[in-house]
Amino acid sequence: MLGNLSLLYLAPTLNIQLLLDGLFVGAIFALAAYGLALVWGVMNLKNLAQGDFVIMGGYIAWWLGTQGVHPLFGLPVAAVVMFGFGWLVYRVVICRVVDKDLFTSLLATFGLAIMLQQLLNLLFGPDTQTANAGFETLFLFDNQVTVTQIRLISLVLCLVLALGLVLFMKRSRIGQAIRATAQDPRAAKVMGIDTDRVYAFTFSLNAAICGVAGALVSMIWVIQPFFGITHSIRSFVIVTAAGLGNLPGVVLSGIGLGIAEQFGGFVLGAEFQQAIVVGLLIAVLIWRQIQMGRHRQVVQ
Amino acid sequence: MSRAATYSPADIAIFVAILVIGLIVPYFVPAYTFQIAVLFLMVVFALTWDIMGGQMGYNSLGNIFFFGAGMYVSSVVQIGLFYDVAEYTAHFGAVKVEFTPAQYYIGLTAGIAAAALFAMVSAVALGWIVFGLRGPYFAIGTLGIAIAAGELVGAWDYVGGGGGMSLPVYPGDIQGRSYFFYLLNFALAIVTFLCLRWLYSTRFGLAINAIRDDEEKAEGMGIHTKRYKTVAWAISAFFLGISGGIFGNMTGFIEPLEVAFPTVTFGIFMVLMALLGGKGTLWGPVLGATLFHIIKEVTWTYLLGWQWVTLGALIILNVIFFQQGILGWAMEKWPKFFGIVVEENETVEQDTGGKSTPARVAP
Repeated sequence: MLGNLSLLYLAPTLNIQLLLDGLFVGAIFALAAYGLALVWGVMNLKNLAQGDFVIMGGYIAWWLGTQGVHPLFGLPVAAVVMFGFGWLVYRVVICRVVDKDLFTSLLATFGLAIMLQQLLNLLFGPDTQTANAGFETLFLFDNQVTVTQIRLISLVLCLVLALGLVLFMKRSRIGQAIRATAQDPRAAKVMGIDTDRVYAFTFSLNAAICGVAGALVSMIWVIQPFFGITHSIRSFVIVTAAGLGNLPGVVLSGIGLGIAEQFGGFVLGAEFQQAIVVGLLIAVLIWRQIQMGRHRQVVQ
Repeated sequence: MSRAATYSPADIAIFVAILVIGLIVPYFVPAYTFQIAVLFLMVVFALTWDIMGGQMGYNSLGNIFFFGAGMYVSSVVQIGLFYDVAEYTAHFGAVKVEFTPAQYYIGLTAGIAAAALFAMVSAVALGWIVFGLRGPYFAIGTLGIAIAAGELVGAWDYVGGGGGMSLPVYPGDIQGRSYFFYLLNFALAIVTFLCLRWLYSTRFGLAINAIRDDEEKAEGMGIHTKRYKTVAWAISAFFLGISGGIFGNMTGFIEPLEVAFPTVTFGIFMVLMALLGGKGTLWGPVLGATLFHIIKEVTWTYLLGWQWVTLGALIILNVIFFQQGILGWAMEKWPKFFGIVVEENETVEQDTGGKSTPARVAP
């Protein structure tokens, strides 16, 4: 363990490599976390199936890749398919738990998560997969730092998408309706907004965001049916650390989580990666508790 | 809802009947001894989850942590009393270690006692962390603890890491072994049930019910909520730790992810069973565990490959359409039978009280 630490000290470029890797995956984590913050803020729904939506999007892009479609073109397909899937899930399950207490939605989405991961397992098998985007690799710092072009592309896509989402929420009619519903569902209803449709759209939008995030994950990392729960926990870590309605915070903690995971995985060993994510979750929860001090119902 | 812990003749008749049936069943269906022993384990799971989830309104998704912790502590103590644990796990499978019957029983007793103790202590320690969390944060935080524990134990070579470790072999024939562990599980289920039955009838039961109904008011009335919450968690941890120690010995081989810390199987089953039977009731978890175990065995037999999908669907259906559970439903239907006097315009609320806060907007 200490050997790896001193390695970081002796080979400074290794730090750059880990930082960059953390940045690339962290941007995707932030994207999925933004989707979670959206449904959480608007519908007060804690979606434990978030990570499984991500993995599902990844499998769509990967499967299209095996059929000869380039994963980058698979990405919009994943978004559209996941949007439709999100709508279906909303109509069948979510619309019945939106107004129930929080544990109900948590447990219902957990059931959903189990179903999804097992269906993916039955369809695609338990092996880890990577969609081959077939781009070149860049070598920096005397070939000591490698950056695949697809990682850069994915980062740019994340940024573009995040910007597009912010503009969409700020400017578009439906974005305004979503924000109005989040502020006060009853008032929004009185003003003639069909809140049920807004909820359905928000949930589907979240699924589409997850689909894109998953397609990117499948290109620059690995997907596996049972990796969903870790992605869910990542989203929860990020949203809990950043708070709702705090986009810069979500981006920063997303990237921070990515980097922390890379460094932690390198120093402690890859088998600790999931434990690191969970450990960070617990650390964030404790930190929130201390930060909020005497307030009751603080983190509700 | 808490009834006095007196025993009416009907109660005694029921308990004696269960005791007699439980004791003689293995002789009639010896092939199912293991399955029925697991059923008793499930009853313990559902009952202990219900202390927190049903009676106190704190829905933990990570109670399985105590099960796994108990299992590992028990194994380490059982082996560590007579051998070097690191050496034992390092030679996994290669060196056959013999335990004399005396060593086995001493080890088992000490191991289970240590498991119970460790589970209780860790519940108090973890309670310090998690009881500031409310509602979904509590559920997610506890889930995180259970997952982290599984991962960490899997990376810990001293206890065999991801490869797991095998436990001392029972000194006796297979028939005797299965009956022995059957009896241990049966006894644990009975003791757990009777303890909780007594506990819910005391001031403690009223206090945790008050916490469920309104924690702020309970605190305002002078109930030391944090202490009650910690004690309640320690009690469920106590029984779970024991069950972990017993189950580890019953399977004979333990491993971190599937056997000791199975968060998505046993860890969720316990929630589901309590919900199915009716949370916040005494018999509900028992009923739910029995029914669930039967459903599970049937689906595992006839829907192999699709059993998990079925399970996920069952969770969703149960949560959406049947959250009050079987006993909760029966109580609404025939309140008089349960001794509940229903006044007009009053409904029996069993929600956790997790009222939705005004949502804030994401930009």
